[in-house]
Amino acid sequence: MIAWRAIAAAILLATGPALLAGEIPSDARRSGYAFMGPDTRAMQDDDTANPGMLFVLHGEQLWKKKIGSADRACADCHGDARGSMKGVAARYPAFDKALARPVTLDQRINLCRTNHQQATPLPYESRDLLALSAFVGHQSRSVPITAGDDPQLGPFVEQGRELFMEREGQLNLACTNCHDDNFDKRLAGAPITQGQPTGYPLYRLEWQTLGSLERRLRSCMSGVRAQAYDYGSPELVALELYLMSRARGLPMETPAVRP
Amino acid sequence: MAALIVASLAFALPTQADELVPYTIVGDGIPVSLTGSPGDATRGHALVLARTTTCMLCHSGPFPETRFQGDLAPDLAGAGNRWSVSQLRLRLVDASRFNPETIMPSYYRNDGLVRVGRNFAGKPILSAAEIEDIVAFLATLRD
Ligand code: HEC
Ligand code: HEC
Repeated sequence: MIAWRAIAAAILLATGPALLAGEIPSDARRSGYAFMGPDTRAMQDDDTANPGMLFVLHGEQLWKKKIGSADRACADCHGDARGSMKGVAARYPAFDKALARPVTLDQRINLCRTNHQQATPLPYESRDLLALSAFVGHQSRSVPITAGDDPQLGPFVEQGRELFMEREGQLNLACTNCHDDNFDKRLAGAPITQGQPTGYPLYRLEWQTLGSLERRLRSCMSGVRAQAYDYGSPELVALELYLMSRARGLPMETPAVRP
Repeated sequence: MAALIVASLAFALPTQADELVPYTIVGDGIPVSLTGSPGDATRGHALVLARTTTCMLCHSGPFPETRFQGDLAPDLAGAGNRWSVSQLRLRLVDASRFNPETIMPSYYRNDGLVRVGRNFAGKPILSAAEIEDIVAFLATLRD
């Protein structure tokens, strides 16, 4: 009996995912959805009430629109997004061979625009970029997150993990202090969640619009009075990648609604 | 109007790295006021509740006037019984002296921090006078 236990423990140690102290085990991971009140949940659940769906519809139009000097639409290469884009957002950020680094879904969309459509890249947080990424993300709704599984991403996941654990800003707090150690508690009366990236781009009632994960991370950084990283910077991409790998197995919710 | 301009100048001034008043730690406290005079508990009360001081992000207290209280840290009720003025002063200046892992920021420190935002770089979170006002107020929190 004791020997069996020791063997089982040894196997668990050898094969278990590399969870570090303070990290959330997979069966305890909870989307921000689980922390919301019934009204906000209802808004996310009902496509006719979810303001993010307007962006998805706009994205569907853009998907079919021929643009750039190549005069090509996304659909000309990728066909019907319901098939070709299913599950894609659940594995982003993904490793780009040519660039030898991970790229976010927003960056992939802009790479397609410049390389294949010969069009100008869309600015971060612009209505069109949010709409396209909401449309592509929406095709992965309910698909479990697998981002970060590609072994080539290892060093970048690790970089993101280190940034997540590092204290920063005038208030000297790390992401982990709030989102690993203090979720379920209240910061100035507002619930703190696990900081799971399942729903992006998402509609935040506080913003009154759709916003990207990078926008959210930048506002957490400003909250601790740190100098926020620029949109698309390697550090924000690494953080995003770590967050996605930390959410492994949680279903995608794009476009989610949050308070 | 003139008063407004003066007020905004006063705000604009401390953009360079602030010189911190030197202080001496004795035992587990700072016995001497950072300003040389006692703080004002009424101002301290307002400061503890103000968003900019950040106390209420984490703490709650006997403050029925605000709903926006945190629960990441002990309730401040009775802090004046549990701690001396000297201990409260060191707690605010540098809580990590009591617990190196604490999440409570060091309110009177301007170095050794990572990636501090442009508007806050080189400055402590609170001025010496604000620390003294808050210490004076916390000392009145007795059950
Ligand atoms: C002082 C506390 C605090 C710190 C430190 C902090 N956050 Fe947050 N974070 C919040 C709060 C409060 C919210 C809004 C409520 C929520 O979704 O948790 C939030 C939201 C989020 C969300 C959105 C979750 C969702 O459901 O949409 C993500 C992702 C996130 N934070 C990641 C981070 C990262 C990465 C860092 C470090 C760069 C960080 N946070 C630092 C308090 C913090
Ligand atoms: C980010 C979280 C955070 C913030 C912001 C914060 N504190 Fe704290 N504080 C703590 C924690 C956690 C403790 C518990 C002891 C420890 O970890 O140091 C504590 C302990 C204390 C204590 C001792 C409590 C007792 O009775 O045992 C006092 C007094 C105190 N804080 C006052 C303040 C004041 C005043 C402010 C604002 C100027 C403030 N704190 C801001 C987290 C915080």
